[in-house]
Amino acid sequence: MFAAMLKFLTKRALLSVITLAILSVIVFLAGQLLPGDVGRAVLGPLADARSVAAFNHQAGVDRALPVQYWDWISHFITGDMGRSFTYRAPVAPFVADALLNSLKLAALAFVLVVPLGIAGGVFAALRVGRWSDRSIVLLGQTLGVVPEFISSIVLILIFGVWLRWLPMSADWPEGAGPLTQIRYLILPSLPPVLIYFGYLARVARVGTIEALDADYTRTAILKGLPWLTVLRRHVLRNALLPTIAVAASLIGYLAGGLVVVEILFHYRGIGGLIYSAARAKDFPMLEAGVLSIGAIYAIASLMADLLSSALNPRVRAGRT
Amino acid sequence: MRAALRSRPLLAGAAILLFWIACALFGSRMTPLDPYADDLLATLAAPSSAHWFGTDQLGRDVFSRVIVGARDILIVAPLATALGTLLGTALGLAVGYFRGALDTIVSRVIEALQALPLVIVALMGLAAIGTSNFTVVLVIGFVFTPLIARTVRSATLSEVDLDYVAAARVRGDSAFAIMFVEILPNVLPVAIVEMTVRLGYAIFFVATLSFIGFGIQPPSADWGIAIAENYSLIGSYWWTVLFDAGATASLIIAVNLVADGLQHLAEQ
Repeated sequence: MFAAMLKFLTKRALLSVITLAILSVIVFLAGQLLPGDVGRAVLGPLADARSVAAFNHQAGVDRALPVQYWDWISHFITGDMGRSFTYRAPVAPFVADALLNSLKLAALAFVLVVPLGIAGGVFAALRVGRWSDRSIVLLGQTLGVVPEFISSIVLILIFGVWLRWLPMSADWPEGAGPLTQIRYLILPSLPPVLIYFGYLARVARVGTIEALDADYTRTAILKGLPWLTVLRRHVLRNALLPTIAVAASLIGYLAGGLVVVEILFHYRGIGGLIYSAARAKDFPMLEAGVLSIGAIYAIASLMADLLSSALNPRVRAGRT
Repeated sequence: MRAALRSRPLLAGAAILLFWIACALFGSRMTPLDPYADDLLATLAAPSSAHWFGTDQLGRDVFSRVIVGARDILIVAPLATALGTLLGTALGLAVGYFRGALDTIVSRVIEALQALPLVIVALMGLAAIGTSNFTVVLVIGFVFTPLIARTVRSATLSEVDLDYVAAARVRGDSAFAIMFVEILPNVLPVAIVEMTVRLGYAIFFVATLSFIGFGIQPPSADWGIAIAENYSLIGSYWWTVLFDAGATASLIIAVNLVADGLQHLAEQ
């Protein structure tokens, strides 16, 4: 059984590597779509032809595409992500800082949305078909389709402008402690919470409804176990296993999906970094940022698979 | 039809959507004031009987701008969705019909792109080819193509082994004819439902891209642009952003209610 699981995981990990390799080619090719030559676009129309050629040679963009790709990707895996056109400095430290910031924000959103989503889903399942069930489902569905910049505006108005409870920007003062940082991050973490609440609640609701219907639950009730014990030991334990795996994959979405929130709240995360790189046509920075997001997503979904295979006996036996 | 009339969410969504479509079509003739006229003597005026939703930094009437602001997003988002549906359906049909190596390659590429949030993919594309209404349609259309292709592919896979396809092959029909004349009519309902769902996402993305400066461009009265231009004033002049935010939210929710309603009807 252990061998089957190991085989499944090796296969799964290999697939992620292939996915990332393809992604790196796509990202690289997107960088080549830049009209005209890179030096001209970066240095502007007023630069003379010689300095443009010199820039192109220095940046290595006058070589054949496969050579450039290999050069880029082979350095990338060793942590050398190239030099930023804008800052004329290595890209890697910028990306590392930004990733760390985004992970902080993503972590806060994660610890808020997971309990809320699970509680909402379980609550709805226990009242399935009733008014409260339908309103939770509808609320989750509705909030899930409203863009983050709209919910951010409304949240800023309510908690920042009218109630004055929370700061309106994530830009905390220099040397702020962890608690102050969290205070500054609460408002920016709420829009993604609103987006993913319905998604998690839906998974938890379906799982709970299935578990409530299952034979083992009926047996437990007929055995005369108290309802709360049945709920805790039989229903929730079975219902929440798939939810946990879904929650793990959420980290991947969250880490890269905060672009708009990071721009709006002036937060120096990876989304904000990709955005400014896209504005400045700083392609080494853009490519590095995008590929790191892809890597984090791949790792998170690999972890989600690990979790669900560890939790699900059918997958564990390699029968998928 | 009768089932459609009984579904309250569907009706509510359709009503709101029709209202915004009317604004997009006839908005320029419906507004009480010229949405593009500056009035530097009445900048940032609070809502009043003269300006129901107040005025913005240039003294333009927010109510009139919200009305005409429906136009560009309701051109760009449906066009992008149509492009994505067209390409995605063709790709999905081809992949589902030929299977084999083509299927493997396309599926892997789709999987790779799904490792990225759509906004990031769109940002990358728009940074590379430049931003205009036309390129936004192209980029969102291309981003949607694999997503729609995936749905059409699985619908096609459950059709290819049926008798009518085998019969067409025996008749000697070309692969092209089999895909588009025989299989397409049977996977079309799936593609159409997928298209209405995608339209909601398209509006989400166009609004978001316009807000971050990579979508619809000024001087359009687009809601996303208005919010981007004014949200730094949110502390004192809430009316410059709140009505545009409400309009965006209502349009997206309406399209999603309609899409959900149609999906339920299709399943019945």
